[in-house]
Amino acid sequence: MIDADFHVPQCAVGDLLPYLDDYWRAQVVDRELPSMPFRLSSYPAGSPLTVNPEMRELGVSEALDTYGVKLAVSSMLHGVVGLHNPDMRAALMAAVNDHLAATWLAQEPRLRGSIYVSGEDPEAAVAEIERLAGDARFVQVLMLAMQDLPQGHRRYWPIYAAAERHGLAVAIHAGGLYRLPPSVAGWPSYQFEDYVAQSQVFENILVSFLGEGVFQKFPDLKLVFLESGFGWLPTTLWRTDKTWRGTRQEVPWLDRRPSEIVKGRVFLSLQPVDMPGPEELARILAHIGTTEMLLFSTDYPHRQFGPEGPLPAGLPEAALPGIRGENALNAYPRLARDPAAKAAAASLEVTP
Amino acid sequence: MTRHVLAKVDDFADREVRRIEAGGKPLCVAKVDGRFFALIDRCPHGGAPLSGGRLTGTVESDGPGDYRLCRRDEMLKCPWHGWEFDLATGQSWSDPKATRTRALSPEAMQGAEVVKGPYVAETIPVEIDGTYLVVDLP
Repeated sequence: MIDADFHVPQCAVGDLLPYLDDYWRAQVVDRELPSMPFRLSSYPAGSPLTVNPEMRELGVSEALDTYGVKLAVSSMLHGVVGLHNPDMRAALMAAVNDHLAATWLAQEPRLRGSIYVSGEDPEAAVAEIERLAGDARFVQVLMLAMQDLPQGHRRYWPIYAAAERHGLAVAIHAGGLYRLPPSVAGWPSYQFEDYVAQSQVFENILVSFLGEGVFQKFPDLKLVFLESGFGWLPTTLWRTDKTWRGTRQEVPWLDRRPSEIVKGRVFLSLQPVDMPGPEELARILAHIGTTEMLLFSTDYPHRQFGPEGPLPAGLPEAALPGIRGENALNAYPRLARDPAAKAAAASLEVTP
Repeated sequence: MTRHVLAKVDDFADREVRRIEAGGKPLCVAKVDGRFFALIDRCPHGGAPLSGGRLTGTVESDGPGDYRLCRRDEMLKCPWHGWEFDLATGQSWSDPKATRTRALSPEAMQGAEVVKGPYVAETIPVEIDGTYLVVDLP
């Protein structure tokens, strides 16, 4: 079993000090940044969503054991991504990546890592990718969903070129920078709205990748949506296909239906499953027409499922080997070359 | 089959698209570089009169930002949803497998050879030795 969305605990800003150079260490200390939480607001400490009761007692390794995960693509979603100062942001994000490698990746051989970058500064993101790409434990470049331009935009292309060059998937995780509305309709009033809107952002991002021609420009690039949900996928693809027929001349690089173009290029984490039951899930999957883009995920330690476990009822039996691991080998070029990942994908142990 | 006269060739401007009824059927007739094309004037997608659309071409691309206008004015763009149909074949360019409109094959013929339909008999004097646009309809 391969878990595509596994979060190691966010470290404190003070934990990043060993990975900063003298200047930034002094800046962080002198400006008392270690007193700042830099937390992402969807999962504040103490929120019912933040820790799945099923996982409350489980540390990282115990969680992997519990869910039969042989290999997990891990990330540390850290709020330093929201900093405005581009140099401080780059320094602290690099420190987050180094901390991930030096602690979690070093301690737990079942973990693979994410190169966490900010789309606000593609030059710094590329430098960070180049700095870490030599470490085969990193298998994806990770960005947050909400930025000031949709992710397909040419501004981000240097990031995608670097990812493609190094066989890294580009993963986009739900979340944002708190200075852009989470909804295309504007600023909501409540956390309820913010959280629901997170999946709608992914619809916009997918359409942006298609319209901008990212899949044509980078033919080997793989795109992974994390914590995006997938119930919205059929209607979005239907709408893109339908609209493309009439607007093809504007975007002539879309040489076939968008729903064809995304095949084998776009992957989505299984959790959260928004469908209320197995019948609805089966119906959505029938509309999508394939399960090859679904990647098993626990979203550890966030609360996405109950005692029924991370594999929802209603998944076709024939789809399980793919969802449990084989699809991940298609999503992550580095996992396809990783013997441990291949073994993890082949494992068919049933989750407890 | 009955041969119907649709129009005088000389009455058609180049790149003109016109709706002409013949044998009770609405046709969308277009003239491009001296060649005539006719389609049933009903988009197989949503039913729009194709004669309300614009002539267009195809756009080919090697990737984002690359545009090449090809086959200029060989396609007709439906006025409702922008679907493009190949005037010569009726083939929908947007979704070739799913959609095809009926293409008819009008040809310019000498007036003397024409089995004239009612339209011609009523409006076009036979004594003029011009050329007519005709179409065969069941």
